[in-house]
Amino acid sequence: MKKLKVLIVDDSSVMRKIVERALRQAGLELTEVLEASNGAEALTQVQKGGLDMILSDINMPVMDGLEFLKSLAGVEAAKGVPVIMITTEGSEARVVEALSAGAKAYLRKPFTPEQVKERVTPLLGGGQ
Amino acid sequence: MSSITKSSASQTGVAFDPAWKTILECAAIEVFEMMAGVRPELNSASTGAPVGEQTAMVGMAGALCGMTTLRCAKETSARFAALMLGESAASDHSSSGDALGELCNMVAGNFKSKISTLADHCMLSVPTVITGADYAMETSEPTEVVIVPLLFEGLPVWISLVIHT
Repeated sequence: MKKLKVLIVDDSSVMRKIVERALRQAGLELTEVLEASNGAEALTQVQKGGLDMILSDINMPVMDGLEFLKSLAGVEAAKGVPVIMITTEGSEARVVEALSAGAKAYLRKPFTPEQVKERVTPLLGGGQ
Repeated sequence: MSSITKSSASQTGVAFDPAWKTILECAAIEVFEMMAGVRPELNSASTGAPVGEQTAMVGMAGALCGMTTLRCAKETSARFAALMLGESAASDHSSSGDALGELCNMVAGNFKSKISTLADHCMLSVPTVITGADYAMETSEPTEVVIVPLLFEGLPVWISLVIHT
C-alpha cells in the first residue's frame, strides 16, 4: 500500500483534524500530513512539492478554495496532484465551478469515513 | 472571521415557510449523528429561550438573509470536541469553540441544501463563536425565528434560524 503525503486546507483546525482522522479511518496510510488555514498558505506548501493529494475547503478567509484551485494551474509541483474539495456549500453551481477549475472530486460536509474513502480511493491509481 | 463571500447569490428573496422547522431539525440531527456519532433527540419539554455560555453563529445572505446559531453550555461544546477529535480536545477551549462553529456551519449548509430554492442562492459566512451567556442579540425587523431544542446525551442544545423577512 502506497504511503501518502497529503495537504489539508481549512481555516478550522478542528476540521483539518477531522479530515485527517477520516483519511486514517478510511484505511489510508499517511506518512506526512501538512496543514494550511487558507489558500495562500496552501500555495506555499504546494510549491515545496512531493504531495500525493490535496483536500481543501472552499469558504476560507484570505484566499478561498476556488481561487487556490485556480492558482494551482500555474504551479509545476501541483501537476498530477489530485485535489478534492470539501465544503458545506453543496450548491450545484459551486460543484461545477470546482470541477471545471480542476478538482477531481467533491465532498460535502458532514461526511462519513466511508464517503471519504469512496472519493479518495479512485484517485490513488489503484495503489490502495 | 471573514464576511459572506461571493456575490453570485440571487437578489430574489425566498419567502419563509413554516415547514423549515422540520427541515432544520432533520439537518441538525444528521450533522450531529454523522460528525459526533450520537443521534440527538428533540427536546419537547423545552419552552424557554436558548441558554448557555457558548454560541456559534453563521451568517446567511442572498435569497435568504439571516443567521443560524447553535447554543449550549461550555461542557456540552467540550463534549462535542471530544467526540469529534478525541478526549484530549475536551480540555482545549479553542478546540471546543472551533468544533461548535463547524457544527453550526454544517447545520446551516445542510439546511439550505435541503431546500432547492436556497441551495444555489444563499451563501454562508465562516462561523463566529461567542463565549459568555450574558448577551442579547438584536436584529432589524421584520424577522421570523425558528428554534429547534435538542437533547444531546441528555444535554440541552438549541439551534436557531433567525430570518429577515
